[in-house]
Amino acid sequence: MLNYVIRRILIAIPVLFGVTIINFIIMRMAPGSPIDMLVSPKLPAAAIEAKKVELGLNSPVYVQYYHWLKNLVLHGDLGYSMITYESVTKMIWSHMGPTVLLMGTSLILGVAIAIPLGVLSATRQYSKLDYTAMTGSFLGISVPSFFLGLGLIYIFSLQLHWLPSSGMTVLGGSGGVVDVLRHMILPVIVLTASVAGRNVRYVRSSMLEIMGQEYLRTARAKGLREFLVVNRHAMRNALIPIVTVLGMEIPILFGGAVVIEQIFSWPGIGQLTLSSIMSRDYSTIMGLNLVAAFVVILANLLTDVLYALVDPRIKYSYQGAAKS
Amino acid sequence: MAIVGESGCGKSVTALSIMRLLGKNSRIDHGNIVLDGTNLLELNEKQMQEIRGNRISMIFQEPMTSLNPVFTIGYQMIEAIQLHTDQDKKQASASAIEMLKKVGLPRPERIMKDYPFALSGGMRQRVMIAMALACKPKVLIADEPTTALDVTVQAQIIRLMKELCAEVGTAIILITHDLGVVAEIADRVLVMYAGQVVEETDVFTLFDRPGHPYTQGLLRSVLHLDADKDARLVSIPGSVPTMYQSLKGCRFHNRCSYATEHCLSHPPTLEATQQGHWTRCWEVEAAASSERQSGGGVSS
Ligand SMILES: Nc1ncnc2c1ncn2[C@@H]1O[C@H](COP(=O)(O)OP(=O)(O)OP(=O)(O)O)[C@@H](O)[C@H]1O
Ligand code: SF4
Ligand SMILES: [Mg+2]
Repeated sequence: MLNYVIRRILIAIPVLFGVTIINFIIMRMAPGSPIDMLVSPKLPAAAIEAKKVELGLNSPVYVQYYHWLKNLVLHGDLGYSMITYESVTKMIWSHMGPTVLLMGTSLILGVAIAIPLGVLSATRQYSKLDYTAMTGSFLGISVPSFFLGLGLIYIFSLQLHWLPSSGMTVLGGSGGVVDVLRHMILPVIVLTASVAGRNVRYVRSSMLEIMGQEYLRTARAKGLREFLVVNRHAMRNALIPIVTVLGMEIPILFGGAVVIEQIFSWPGIGQLTLSSIMSRDYSTIMGLNLVAAFVVILANLLTDVLYALVDPRIKYSYQGAAKS
Repeated sequence: MAIVGESGCGKSVTALSIMRLLGKNSRIDHGNIVLDGTNLLELNEKQMQEIRGNRISMIFQEPMTSLNPVFTIGYQMIEAIQLHTDQDKKQASASAIEMLKKVGLPRPERIMKDYPFALSGGMRQRVMIAMALACKPKVLIADEPTTALDVTVQAQIIRLMKELCAEVGTAIILITHDLGVVAEIADRVLVMYAGQVVEETDVFTLFDRPGHPYTQGLLRSVLHLDADKDARLVSIPGSVPTMYQSLKGCRFHNRCSYATEHCLSHPPTLEATQQGHWTRCWEVEAAASSERQSGGGVSS
């Protein structure tokens, strides 16, 4: 298993390399440049040229990429933002916390709702509860998150004045736990609704498939309680396909962060991404891109490891592969 | 006790009814299931769980899918043992290894840690037998336990079940298509057709003087080693009707050569024709005498 993980990490390196190259090229092909943001077009051409030299934008693209890569590999340095002159690494780190907090909470809550609800729906197929859960899930999937987000802000912030509509803390406030929690509620509801909505259905159908299996009859014939038949014997098997989809949730959430963080002015990676794209902040975009690629690869790896943990057949095939 | 009958006649349904494990879409309409004086149909689900795996165990037809693929053999064995005894994990594990040894599995300690996918069909069926007998049940229901196995393994498994059950003091209800197996291990035989018992008798009477026309047909359709080489293998024409409830008269009448007008409209009842021999047929006399004229039953 460890061998397998190491091998996967080694394979990830060329993938990351490729992703950054492609991103570099696409970014440069897009119209506009950080110069437009920094320098007034009224300035003489010489001044603009000087700025270009300062930012290293006058050399050919492959030379720029080479410099960027050399800096990253030799010094672990992602460079400085072309707009704010802050260290990109530092910026990413400071925005990472809020995003992980928001996404992590929503993922955990979403799964905590989806699994029991999906299992109940499956064991009581065509019951009222099943229909209610399926309708809820349908809404969770089909209502766009920006719409739900704006709706919630309208009701709970503008009309009822119960919850703040944006930011992570009150401006000038203490920034205590309660403050952050109050700011988290609305965005977490939006994200949880979509995570739960997507996964309830999946858990349900995966359980339904397992419920007809013969080994459950064996478990019942042993005299096992129905509760354990479902939650021990059936669940452990249903978990195998569920784990795969859950692993995919992480990149989905990460991508969705752009929209949600924008709506709720949440100071996370998504917001940083959007603002650096707007200002063509090349070095920050490259850094964010690398992080995104890393998250996807890590999520995949995590999925595979979990997969092996819940499915003994996979675990053994890895061990077999490692031995040979 | 063996239950025989062709595919779809309700053998598995009968077995699952005894365990009260039929799905939600079915119910037991009438009748009693009595074990040691207790009517199982009057027990609640909790009491029934006490019975399952403890006093009545069951082995299924398909060993490849009867064990949970994500748990080790040891886990599944220990779970079964701990459900009905108050042994701790260690004792239960020792009993499990003991049982695996008894069913003739090599290196039982190793097998305890194996997952089902690592075992062959025959080995899995042995594990199922070990698991089913772990709590020394009164009755073992084996629903075609060897159908999915190859022939050499079949004989071993049947013999193993017979020996172990004799040792533990367990009665076997064996469901099978294989009349050879019936002849080898059964004391009494129940012949089923279209969801009903059509004949019940001891094994010798069954092979010598089968009462019901269906049983006669069943026996005639078996190939014999001492048969003339130009003798033809007989088959019963037609097939089992599917909608039992819509049938008014005898359920076998469309395939029966003794059928009369009476059979068409009146369902026969299970009557004792002799001591310990019940048959569900209006024309037992006629069937029996013609059977005798045609050379009698089959000696085995
Ligand atoms: N007593 C009954 N009442 C109503 N339906 C029945 C009854 N017995 C059997 N059936 C129907 O017949 C179908 C086949 O029965 P079952 O699975 O018990 O056959 P079987 O004898 O075990 O066949 P096989 O030899 O192929 O395993 C069942 O799914 C059920 O729908
Ligand atoms: S009752 Fe009539 S139809 Fe049915 S088996 Fe007997 S003779 Fe045949
Ligand atoms: Mg069957």
